[in-house]
Amino acid sequence: MPRTARAEAGTDTKTAISKNAPPPPASEERTLSGWGRTAPSAARVVTPDDGNGVLASALLAAGPGDGSRKPGVIARGLGRSYGDAAQSAGGVVVDTRNLGRIGQIDPESGDVEVDAGVSLDALLRVGLQSGWFIPVSPGTRQVTVGGAIATDIHGKNHHADGSFCGHVTSVTLDTPTGVHEVGPDADPELFWATAGGMGLTGIITQARVSMRKVETSWMRVDTERHTGIDSLMDGLVRVDGVNRYSVAWVDCAATGSRLGRGILDAGDHATAAELPAKRAADPLAPPRRRGLRVPNLVPPRIMNALTVRAFNEAWFRKGISRAGQIRHLGGFFHPLDAVANWNLLYGRRGFVQYQFVVGDEHRAVIPQAIEMLQQAGAPCTLAVLKRFGPGDPGPLSFPIPGWTLALDLPVGPAGLRPALRRLDDIVAGAGGRVYLAKDARLEPEMFAVMYPRLGAFQAVRRRVDPEGVLQSDLGRRVGICEHAP
Amino acid sequence: MNDAFGLPNSVLVLGGTSDIARALVRELVGGGAKKIVLAGRDPTGLAAAADEAKEAGAASVATLPFDANDVDRAATVVDSGFSAVGRVDLVVIAVGVLYDDEADERDPTRVARCVTVNFTWPAAALSRVAHHLREQGAGRVVVLSSVAGVRVRRSNYIYGSSKAGLDAYARSLNQALAGSGASVTVVRPGFVRSKMTEGRPKAPLEVTPEAVARAIVKGIENGSEVVWSPSAMRPIFFVLGLLPEPLWRRLPL
Repeated sequence: MPRTARAEAGTDTKTAISKNAPPPPASEERTLSGWGRTAPSAARVVTPDDGNGVLASALLAAGPGDGSRKPGVIARGLGRSYGDAAQSAGGVVVDTRNLGRIGQIDPESGDVEVDAGVSLDALLRVGLQSGWFIPVSPGTRQVTVGGAIATDIHGKNHHADGSFCGHVTSVTLDTPTGVHEVGPDADPELFWATAGGMGLTGIITQARVSMRKVETSWMRVDTERHTGIDSLMDGLVRVDGVNRYSVAWVDCAATGSRLGRGILDAGDHATAAELPAKRAADPLAPPRRRGLRVPNLVPPRIMNALTVRAFNEAWFRKGISRAGQIRHLGGFFHPLDAVANWNLLYGRRGFVQYQFVVGDEHRAVIPQAIEMLQQAGAPCTLAVLKRFGPGDPGPLSFPIPGWTLALDLPVGPAGLRPALRRLDDIVAGAGGRVYLAKDARLEPEMFAVMYPRLGAFQAVRRRVDPEGVLQSDLGRRVGICEHAP
Repeated sequence: MNDAFGLPNSVLVLGGTSDIARALVRELVGGGAKKIVLAGRDPTGLAAAADEAKEAGAASVATLPFDANDVDRAATVVDSGFSAVGRVDLVVIAVGVLYDDEADERDPTRVARCVTVNFTWPAAALSRVAHHLREQGAGRVVVLSSVAGVRVRRSNYIYGSSKAGLDAYARSLNQALAGSGASVTVVRPGFVRSKMTEGRPKAPLEVTPEAVARAIVKGIENGSEVVWSPSAMRPIFFVLGLLPEPLWRRLPL
């Protein structure tokens, strides 16, 4: 039953609220989980309409409590983190969906001031009207700018342009020690800790993002089909030299000599001159709005070894090598957005995504990971392979130069959890790491090995949040929030 | 925090010296649980169980003495257990005593003690556990019930009815906790070969504490409300539950 905190505070005679203090904001108790729908937890959710004083207001919503435990506060955008990053059991979650203002795009620099709750979908629709595209795009448009910064998202152009925070010039951050305006030149230490800091340095309320100039909303794409992992990886290395964007889909069900076969897509924004006549009339056409939804009643276990194999086979056959296709950027960047709530297909127990990165010299880990999951009897529904260029200075930012593989894995097979623990060992042993935005199961000891600059991050946290007010289930689980109860 | 598979980092065991609890702790620690609090009556047994948990790889193990006859202190024991680790991901209630009904049914004090240890104390403790889990917004409770409580039979009705009470209480508590982020799993083992049943003759479908522990972990991963061990007990007790009373009474159970 949703209750409002206001009503609660009114009936609690022990609460000493002075007449001048602002009333606690409306809030409701909700059970939240990530996109993978695992490990739900309950928290009080506030949905502010204004970024000013958002953290103080969230703490008011928490109520006085019995003083034994501080409520942990975390921001939440569109809930696309796969694990427990945007939830805080027993605490307060700040839903940023109403922080949605988009400023004027500077016609010279492409810089734009946006509220944290603005989705990349909304931002690119506004941008395309005057020929600006988002600098870095993940596999879905349904993430907020705040979330994009907190997870320092990457896209198909990481090898060329780096990750999202490299295109952010300033961030407004509400912390327990006050509001900070930070950027690469203003308190860079706090700015870079916030880049990929999973919301644990403060609540991002605004940011300034540098957009990319495009002539059209279309992409010129080359597709190559590769029959094995070595050929696929060599292909990625080759196309990265000449294309801004590249990505490979990998068939994880194929075995033997066909292990790791896949389809490689590479391309760049099409120029107006490259558009065929029928597209030239509306060169900056926005992406189509999604129409499809998964029905409420999904039969259990439809993501099983059989369906996964059939899907991967079909997808592989569909990919025909050809050069110079013109595809809309919506379909190229955001194939996952075709069906709104596709995560429901994984049923009650949900799914985990395991995304890791290893350096170039450890490329053998990629086929090894695919093989390990096959041997563990854990089907992988979707696998995406990509190369990273240099990382940015964020101590918890995910990208490091090398290979990154993202694997969607339905929860259920008994062998999955132990196999992922073994994979952690291999990835950490190769100097690699897993991506926190996708993680729902990493253990603290392993996390500390994968992110050796955790200490530097925690030092920044002690400066801006000495009492550890900012907490998430993820932060507690992997041990970022030290001393958190 | 629990991970994507529902498995815990921190565990509080009330009744930590029981064979099933010890097997479960070994299983959980093997799966990555780090912080363990073991509460129990017998200090020697607790120390042994703690050593075992450390050997299995637990990073920290604390022990907490309590007496399940002392109902008034149940909440205090639970509070101490929670404050020992801060946040508890999994609470295991493995408190219980098996009585020899033939001899005990004429002794009101012993009947009361059986009901206290098997039902009253766990119920009081569960009430306080639920309070903490609501505050935490997350967590799971595993309650050791018994098939003996599913349909109570003449030959061990004192034990059976106390477990029946606990079983009903725990399942209803699970409904009460809906939407709180917390949940309860009730475990119904059959005849378990353990120190509780030492000296008793071999029973059909007998299981080991290790088998029960594995079934519990699987149940946690599945998010099951009820775990039967062995799993064959579920259809068996479905049929036994349908028997008319006059026939049930005549069965040699």
